[in-house]
Amino acid sequence: MSLTRNTAAELGALIASGEVSAVEVTQAHLDRIAEVDPQVHAFLHVAAESALEQARSIDARRAAGEELGPLAGVPIAHKDVFTTKDMPTTAGSKILEGYRPPYDATVTARLREAGLVIIGKTNLDEFAMGSSTENSAYGPTHNPWDLDRIPGGSSGGSSAAVASYQAPLSTGTDTGGSIRQPAAVTGIVGMKPTYGGSSRYGVIAFASSLDTPGPFARNVLDAALLHEAFSGHDVMDTTSIHAEVPPVVEAARRADVSGLRVGVVKEFAGEGYQPGVLARFREAVDLLESLGAKVVEVSCPSFTYALPAYYLIAPSECSSNLARFDGMRYGLRVGDDGTHSAEEVMALTRAAGFGPEVKRRIMLGTYALSSGYYDAYYGSAQKVRTLISRDFEAAFHQVDVLVSPTTPTTAFPIGERADDPMAMYLADLCTIPANLAGNAAISVPCGLAEEDGLPVGLQIMAPVLGDERCYRVGAALEKAFEDRWGGPLLKEAPSL
Amino acid sequence: MSAITRDEVAHLARLSRLALTDAELGHYAAQLDVIIGAVARVAEVATDDIPPSSHALPLTNVYRPDEARMSLTPEQALAAAPAVENDRFRVPRILGEEA
Repeated sequence: MSLTRNTAAELGALIASGEVSAVEVTQAHLDRIAEVDPQVHAFLHVAAESALEQARSIDARRAAGEELGPLAGVPIAHKDVFTTKDMPTTAGSKILEGYRPPYDATVTARLREAGLVIIGKTNLDEFAMGSSTENSAYGPTHNPWDLDRIPGGSSGGSSAAVASYQAPLSTGTDTGGSIRQPAAVTGIVGMKPTYGGSSRYGVIAFASSLDTPGPFARNVLDAALLHEAFSGHDVMDTTSIHAEVPPVVEAARRADVSGLRVGVVKEFAGEGYQPGVLARFREAVDLLESLGAKVVEVSCPSFTYALPAYYLIAPSECSSNLARFDGMRYGLRVGDDGTHSAEEVMALTRAAGFGPEVKRRIMLGTYALSSGYYDAYYGSAQKVRTLISRDFEAAFHQVDVLVSPTTPTTAFPIGERADDPMAMYLADLCTIPANLAGNAAISVPCGLAEEDGLPVGLQIMAPVLGDERCYRVGAALEKAFEDRWGGPLLKEAPSL
Repeated sequence: MSAITRDEVAHLARLSRLALTDAELGHYAAQLDVIIGAVARVAEVATDDIPPSSHALPLTNVYRPDEARMSLTPEQALAAAPAVENDRFRVPRILGEEA
């Protein structure tokens, strides 16, 4: 069997034992990329040479008797929003075309320290703004389950790469669901850690109070291993939490829910939810109950205001963060021909360099923050944020975790929502509350929707710094589902 | 609440340093109007007694030791610049002719 079908944990063990070399594993994935990425378009940049060089160095260190970590030599696809000093970093935008950052993001540096082999940078919605990867300036990524459909977003290149066996692991960032939603619609695992649990240093900023790096993998244990490898306090990120990384790997191995109290969020059902998604969700909840969990319904009334609050808070922060793209110090510069002032050059550069969704959000945020509107929009959204935190707090007095569908629908066709921003925003309906409150949340596969045969994700939300609960419940469900399905859900995906 | 006009979009575009065409102004006015109409719902529950949250975590004034560290060299800092002159970023004129 091809090495691209192994899990990351298996590959790490095979490399550690010397049964296969890191170079062989890397080459197998580079071959797979050459074979299928022309159809999928998960990658914006494939770093074949540096990946093989890094793999050779891992093999040499192992041969010299060095003790290496559990993921040493394992290939990883890296979302192109993390700075990498040896590869281009574009954030999916024309304004950063060809940009080479002078420093590594903390997550990038920690991947390297763990011996992970970065095989390339993955496609994303421009500046991580979107739910479909259609907003990338470099063209959309295609869902491996159906190439005419979206792979989710914004981390759609990372989800598609893992779901099509081009990499066993990938990184993402989750601001309103940008890891969990792509994981759900491609049938893989995606985790948003507690806000501040993973470093934002070197993550090209979208909405700083929400942006959270996290892992993608084809199973829960692999996601936990990657989570552990790059998380933890970072002095370079002032919002990084000064606490131990929650015991996520241990929890993924424990995979037991007996006696655990599970709350079903009452508000996340009904109109707008695809019947096949709700059916799979209810089946997963029944399965948890049969595994010994105590299931109750929990009401979080403010969650219905999370989406509008998010689409004020995130654009407000982005309008400020993206002011740095002024064409002066790096990136694109347009109109510098001696006839335009600096201010005109900035406006021409930004008009040429940003795509429509980014422009929409910058103007929306500028509107929400402008005097006269600030209290009604940004101010009210911040109050909703308080209400959502209170709902979570009250819920976690009654239960240990909350569950919901990850997304209201399965993957939609490419182009279907491109001209309707509000319809696109609904893809994040269930994932946003955890971002606004900073909670940990994971998406795990829970089957295929009957009407279209596409993957459905179950979201498990845990309290701040309770990340291990997501893995514990996710792993228990995964085990029970795989017993029922006779293997992982991905084996049902059409071969590419 | 209010309908977004083309003039308002032109004002927002100027504040945002985005050079938009006339056609774009109309396009964005229609879209922003729909979005703002939908998100205005937040005001329904945002009563005076609720304190605002700007952030998910109760963190304030996070400092690190004020120690000198290595930073980028001028070459590294200027490597991605659109234009460089004498080890500095070269930018278009900032002041008008009469200034």
